[in-house]
Amino acid sequence: MKTLLIGEYREGKLLDSTYELLGFAGQLGSETAMLIVGSENQLPAYGGTLYLADAAACGEYNPDLHKKLILEAVQQENPDYIVFVHSSYGWDLAPRVAASLKAAQISEVIAIQDGGFEVGCCNAKMRRSVKPATSKAVLTIQAGAFPPLQPGGSPTIRKLAGDGGGPLEFVGYEPAEKKDVDLGKAEIIVSAGRGIGKKDNVPVIQALAKALGGEMGASRPVVDAGWVEHSHQVGTTGQTVSPKLYIACGISGAIQHLAGMKKSDFIIAINKDKDAPIGEVADVLVVADVMQFVPALTAKVAR
Amino acid sequence: MKLLVCIKQVPDLESRFKANAEGVWYNETDLAFRMNEYDEYAVEQAVQLREKLGEGTELTVLSIGPDRVVEAIKKSLAMGCDNAAHIQDPAASGKDPWQIASIISSYAKGKGFDIIFTGMQSQDRGSAQVGVTVAEQLGLSCTTTIVGFDYDNGTITAKRELEGGIKGVVKLKTPALVTCQMGLNIPRYPTLPNIMKAKKKEIVAIPVADLLSEESLATTASFHPPAKKGGGIVLEGDVADLVEKVIAILKDKTTVLR
Ligand SMILES: Cc1cc2nc3c(=O)[nH]c(=O)nc-3n(C[C@H](O)[C@H](O)[C@H](O)COP(=O)(O)OP(=O)(O)OC[C@H]3O[C@@H](n4cnc5c(N)ncnc54)[C@H](O)[C@@H]3O)c2cc1C
Ligand SMILES: Nc1ncnc2c1ncn2[C@@H]1O[C@H](COP(=O)(O)O)[C@@H](O)[C@H]1O
Repeated sequence: MKTLLIGEYREGKLLDSTYELLGFAGQLGSETAMLIVGSENQLPAYGGTLYLADAAACGEYNPDLHKKLILEAVQQENPDYIVFVHSSYGWDLAPRVAASLKAAQISEVIAIQDGGFEVGCCNAKMRRSVKPATSKAVLTIQAGAFPPLQPGGSPTIRKLAGDGGGPLEFVGYEPAEKKDVDLGKAEIIVSAGRGIGKKDNVPVIQALAKALGGEMGASRPVVDAGWVEHSHQVGTTGQTVSPKLYIACGISGAIQHLAGMKKSDFIIAINKDKDAPIGEVADVLVVADVMQFVPALTAKVAR
Repeated sequence: MKLLVCIKQVPDLESRFKANAEGVWYNETDLAFRMNEYDEYAVEQAVQLREKLGEGTELTVLSIGPDRVVEAIKKSLAMGCDNAAHIQDPAASGKDPWQIASIISSYAKGKGFDIIFTGMQSQDRGSAQVGVTVAEQLGLSCTTTIVGFDYDNGTITAKRELEGGIKGVVKLKTPALVTCQMGLNIPRYPTLPNIMKAKKKEIVAIPVADLLSEESLATTASFHPPAKKGGGIVLEGDVADLVEKVIAILKDKTTVLR
């Protein structure tokens, strides 16, 4: 068995998630080769074959060209699996490669099973086992699902040539919005999710945060709807936090939210849905209406 | 210009899910369905572009699925789509992303759509594949996960959302396909007059057999709840009691209350 691992490189740096691919391949017990559109100055600590294209010439986001480079490596290596991280790079590129090969794609794999792969569905509440019906398969692995593996060594490099071009023009990066609250330093965070119902209820969550001497966080829909500033957002596209206490109010527990807060020391979730996936990481799941429970808790704490 | 937006109807995700008889997907009994959230952003963006371009632009909404999906189609029409295609497929949930994409592609082929909008992923299956696969099958340029969209004279300028809140700005020439991320816009609520107007708009029904010629590339072996992990406790009951219990836990297990 052989896997071709597609590493990631952004703004001149090799991304750490690249080692999660090696962690996955290790669990699969497969031979590996790797491909990165990156730089010779940022080589992974990996002793296998590395197909390397120069990001300065190819562009960091140039999916049509990256696809061609990957297909070239696929032809040389004849892998059983082509594996990406399920990230903005991976989910953009994987279906292009899969379609070109007419290979099955299995997205956001969280575990390896006998002859198949486990993926989440229904907003992480349920799981599916999926099996490819094609001889080659393209996989994307969920960020954080496979512990990283850094084998060490230096790769045997095979250069891939390629330059610019393509129907798409990458103009550049825009930095993340400036943060006016640094949730990373907060010891207590009380976060508002869509379950709070409406913008008018935000002060109720704020009041609990204040009573506990902490900061208010938020899930993404609450930010997107304009109820709370983006600087309060917790998750993959917000801040990563690890306070002593995290209270999730009306938050379902989508993977992108969990990625930002699951390392918190103690997690309390308030949700009217007993099956909400936040229950998987919560030390305490309070099954209640958040608008009844939170004011009552605040009153007790404040006293 | 011709625009297409693809929508999927998904169950309310606060529901309880049970496996169907085959054990490979959820049982639909007792579930309430609505438009996939990501697709609402796609519809809104398509409607905004339709309004900006005005006369001579036609916006079609497409959905593959059983008769219930007509509800989601009607909502899109009330939001401002001009007409609709309902690809009738009672067995759509059993098809893999490759097949769903191929159905959309065979519908769109030769119709000259300048821009196709899809959601970045469906909330129930969440494969994030269908949009990009359609673009590959039709040979369109494509970008994904957009949180910003602008169109001018044959060029789309899109902002892709990357990890940690960084964005990537991309320009692409039409014909093109974009997959829409949450926060791209604020989807409108259909107004009563627009709901009434939508009743007169045409919904073309097409049997899926007319468009499907691909076999599936992957099969689902089972659908099940996650293995329970972690020793978290679940508290239920009267609010006053719950508050007492949580206070006790905070005092016992954390240092935040003294
Ligand atoms: C690429 C990408 C990046 C993302 N980045 C982030 C990110 O950084 N951060 C983030 O948070 N999300 C992110 N998301 C979105 C994520 O997938 C979820 O959609 C989001 O986290 C859901 O937010 P929520 O839990 O507040 O809302 P929902 O999923 O709608 O959940 C609401 C919850 O509230 C409960 N509820 C409803 N009413 C009540 C009540 N009265 N009392 C108690 N409970 C109630 C419900 O049971 C439900 O569990 C991202 C998504 C993608 C695709
Ligand atoms: N049955 C369907 N009918 C129409 N469009 C669909 C269907 N399934 C998926 N899509 C589109 O493809 C996107 C991605 O879906 P998925 O690949 O399942 O995550 C969705 O947001 C929709 O825009």
